[in-house]
Amino acid sequence: MNAAGFPILSLVTFLPLAGALVIMLVRGEDEVVARNARWTALWASLITLALSLLLWTGFDQTTAEFQFVEQAAWLPEFGVGYHMGVDGISVLFILLSTILTPLCILASWESVTTRVREYMVAFLVLESMMIGMFAALDFVLFYIFFEAVLIPMFLIIGIWGGGRRVYAALKFFLYTLAGSLLMLLAILAVWYEAGTTDIPTLMQTAFSPRMQFWLFLAFFASFAVKVPMWPVHTWLPDAHVEAPTAGSVILAGVLLKMGAYGFLRFSLPLLPQASADFAPLIFALSIIAVIYTSLVALAQEDMKKLIAYSSIAHMGIVTLGIFTFTAQGLSGALFTMLSHGVVSGALFLCVGVLYDRVHSREIARYGGVAKIMPAYALVFMVFTMASVALPGLAGFPGELLVIVGAFKVNPWVALGACMGMILGAAYALYLYRRVIFGKIVREDLKALLDLSPREYATFAPLILLTIWMGVYPSSFLNFFEATVAALVARHEAALGAARLAGM
Amino acid sequence: MSPMNWTLATPEIVLGIAGLLILAAGVIPKKETFFPVSMAVIGAFVLTAVLVIGQGEGTAFLGQYVSDAFSRFAKVLILLGAALGVVLSLDFNEKAGIGRFEYAVLMLFATTGMLVMVSANDLMSLYIGLELLSLSLYVIAAFDRDNPRSAEAGLKYFVLGALASGLLLYGSSLVYGFAGSTNFDRLADALGGGTTSLGLVVGLVFVLAGLCFKISAVPFHMWTPDVYEGAPTPVTAFFATAPKVAAIALLMRVLAGPFGDLAAQWSQVIWVASVGSMLLGAFAAIGQRNIKRLMAYSSIGHIGYALMGVAVASDIGLRGVLVYMAIYMVTSIGTFAVLVAMRRNGRALEEVDDLAGIGRTDPAMAMWMAVFMFSMAGIPPLAGFFGKLYVFLAAVQGGYWVLAAVGIGTSVVATYYYLRIVKVMYFDTGTAPLDARPAGLTVVMGATGIATVLFFLFPAPIIAAAEVAITAIAG
Repeated sequence: MNAAGFPILSLVTFLPLAGALVIMLVRGEDEVVARNARWTALWASLITLALSLLLWTGFDQTTAEFQFVEQAAWLPEFGVGYHMGVDGISVLFILLSTILTPLCILASWESVTTRVREYMVAFLVLESMMIGMFAALDFVLFYIFFEAVLIPMFLIIGIWGGGRRVYAALKFFLYTLAGSLLMLLAILAVWYEAGTTDIPTLMQTAFSPRMQFWLFLAFFASFAVKVPMWPVHTWLPDAHVEAPTAGSVILAGVLLKMGAYGFLRFSLPLLPQASADFAPLIFALSIIAVIYTSLVALAQEDMKKLIAYSSIAHMGIVTLGIFTFTAQGLSGALFTMLSHGVVSGALFLCVGVLYDRVHSREIARYGGVAKIMPAYALVFMVFTMASVALPGLAGFPGELLVIVGAFKVNPWVALGACMGMILGAAYALYLYRRVIFGKIVREDLKALLDLSPREYATFAPLILLTIWMGVYPSSFLNFFEATVAALVARHEAALGAARLAGM
Repeated sequence: MSPMNWTLATPEIVLGIAGLLILAAGVIPKKETFFPVSMAVIGAFVLTAVLVIGQGEGTAFLGQYVSDAFSRFAKVLILLGAALGVVLSLDFNEKAGIGRFEYAVLMLFATTGMLVMVSANDLMSLYIGLELLSLSLYVIAAFDRDNPRSAEAGLKYFVLGALASGLLLYGSSLVYGFAGSTNFDRLADALGGGTTSLGLVVGLVFVLAGLCFKISAVPFHMWTPDVYEGAPTPVTAFFATAPKVAAIALLMRVLAGPFGDLAAQWSQVIWVASVGSMLLGAFAAIGQRNIKRLMAYSSIGHIGYALMGVAVASDIGLRGVLVYMAIYMVTSIGTFAVLVAMRRNGRALEEVDDLAGIGRTDPAMAMWMAVFMFSMAGIPPLAGFFGKLYVFLAAVQGGYWVLAAVGIGTSVVATYYYLRIVKVMYFDTGTAPLDARPAGLTVVMGATGIATVLFFLFPAPIIAAAEVAITAIAG
């Protein structure tokens, strides 16, 4: 079985789904149903979180092997099986998903008042699919979870979103679907070539350089949209702005990581030659993303849009780190993904706090908030500084490692990443100054209440994590050290073999 | 010369006799017998299905009729579709004033025709089955005879259908003239030699044209939108499901069996039909406001995907087609159950916008409709995804990259209009709630919806059954 002695990954994956089923069965008055739905969703996600902590404690950090593996026959004649397992790359993303979901449910406690039951069902289904995606060790299984995420997210944006929600939801869905279908073709080609879709088996399979080229392009189409990389990022600002607060949190916190996770899980190990060949292109796109979107962020009038653009810039750093193929770059990319998941999620929650009170996301609408909401100003500051990558907070270790990794490959690439940090500081501080400091120009702002106990409860774990990740990053870095080392070693071995074959 | 061996065809014989008895029983009473006759028809379908499952293998009627795993698979599917089709009509026909018992009896005869089609082992029995089906369909398309649109649909279908039958017959006679037989087994022997005459290929193309009309593949699709829109909704539901399965099954048997050695010739024809259907189904549906018309284009698109598997001309491709059609049929019946239930203040509704806001007023129906739409769009983990997966797999395996690429592109476009329906239901605010729907529709929606959602749990048995079925015809 596995270290835990029972199918823990399946439990963690499908427990939220069971919660969703319970909520769907609740009948009665709207008010009662809404209250039941909220509490059931919260408990379901909290129990999932508690269970997933067993992954944290039971994970063996010294090996790059897949752990907590579960296998069952599913479509045996195709070589497709139900295969779940985690390694250093995926285990922390499962934890990230299970931590963010209860916080999202808490954050939507009062702000979502219509169709509460459907909302909670959508969120639990979403959680289930996200966890399944990170735990899947079969390509077809992965694809199913990867795509299934679209359905609840589409509904969350479309039903509970802002003014242009329909446009944003459709754009989000069709953009990602177009990319994903190309990946499906690639998966089928892999299936045909190797006769299996089992990921650990595929990692031992060598594909011809020509095939690698096409497969890489197909995967790239899917993952680049998900990351999102410049120039296919345009769905993200729309989706972020229109989504309800909790939707933005999950979108920034987990969904964006799916693309980068795909690069790490598939492109790098399966297609080493093509990854190396395409690395300059990825560097170029990443650096353009970092600088361009940072500049765009500076010009934004809408708080959510600004944070959305900052997400694209941060994800540019991540893709840059991944394609350095160095231990530092990869560790840094993984760490940045985690820290960005926590910090950008928290920033969206911060915006949500103001939006719930004033119902505006316009930066010019605010000013002087520090005088009325001092506790809020402090919380917002912690996350802004973490986003800027202030040493001692979550953002710093990851970006530093990426820059170190990039420097090994090419100093100019490292310079591009550094530019991102500088510009990041500019737009984040500019945002903070305009919203929090200055004079109160609008009378209605004076009546604002500071954070409620529920909001404290939402932010407390995120602040704790942000400081923990900044002060003692090793407790996270240790998780993926062995896996990253194995990944780099295998990559170099594969390239070495290809070079020998080429001679 | 194979013997008469007529007991092999017991299911068809029983169904045919049941039809005659039910017809007699329906005529005699003074008052309208729509409901009891419908129930009797469903009973006859169930009985036939049981007989089909227990049916032996072999040929009968001097080689005109064949029973094998393939015919059993297709027949069970057809009977299921037909029985659910009758259920969909129960309440609707009463309310539309077309609750006459002949309706159910005609469905029964149409179904008998379909069973004969999938068991046809000769161009003659093929034609008899096809015509029995078609004549019944012409009548029920025009069943709402006082409604000009329904009458128009029936007439249009009849005229174009007669043309298609003519093409089919002409093709059959050419095949007979050049190969010397109409029997599938002897055709296969005759064509196995490797020499193919041009006349034979022309005959094959004519036969294909006749069959493509029945499955409404481009370029023989013109009747579909008008007939779908004009016919009463339960009739449209029936058109879109069981006869499509029967015609595709027949097409597969004809192509894989007697003309299996001409794959290089017919594969190109099917390739064109597949690409054309996928493109038309995706793009023409975008602008549709009438949901029945939209479903017509959607069904053309789905036939395009199914034909992709046929064009590949491999066992895996054909198996993919069977799986695809099974899933398509279940999802379509569910979708049409929703369309049949669209009724406000007693008036049947047909516009996409009439669904506005039902996410709020009728959450259960909206949820099932969303499930069907996402499934038709091929989003995992719903059943429709697996259908696409199997045909795409076949295309990739056969190296048909253009087909696969067109399939991908049109999937994205088609997803747009499926999503539009979800959008209308959930994102738009509606006016008044729809009328309460009869329990029968709720059951059909729920059953097909659950099958669509949970298909991923148990795909293996259906795929194994399809595999056995394909071995029977292509083996």
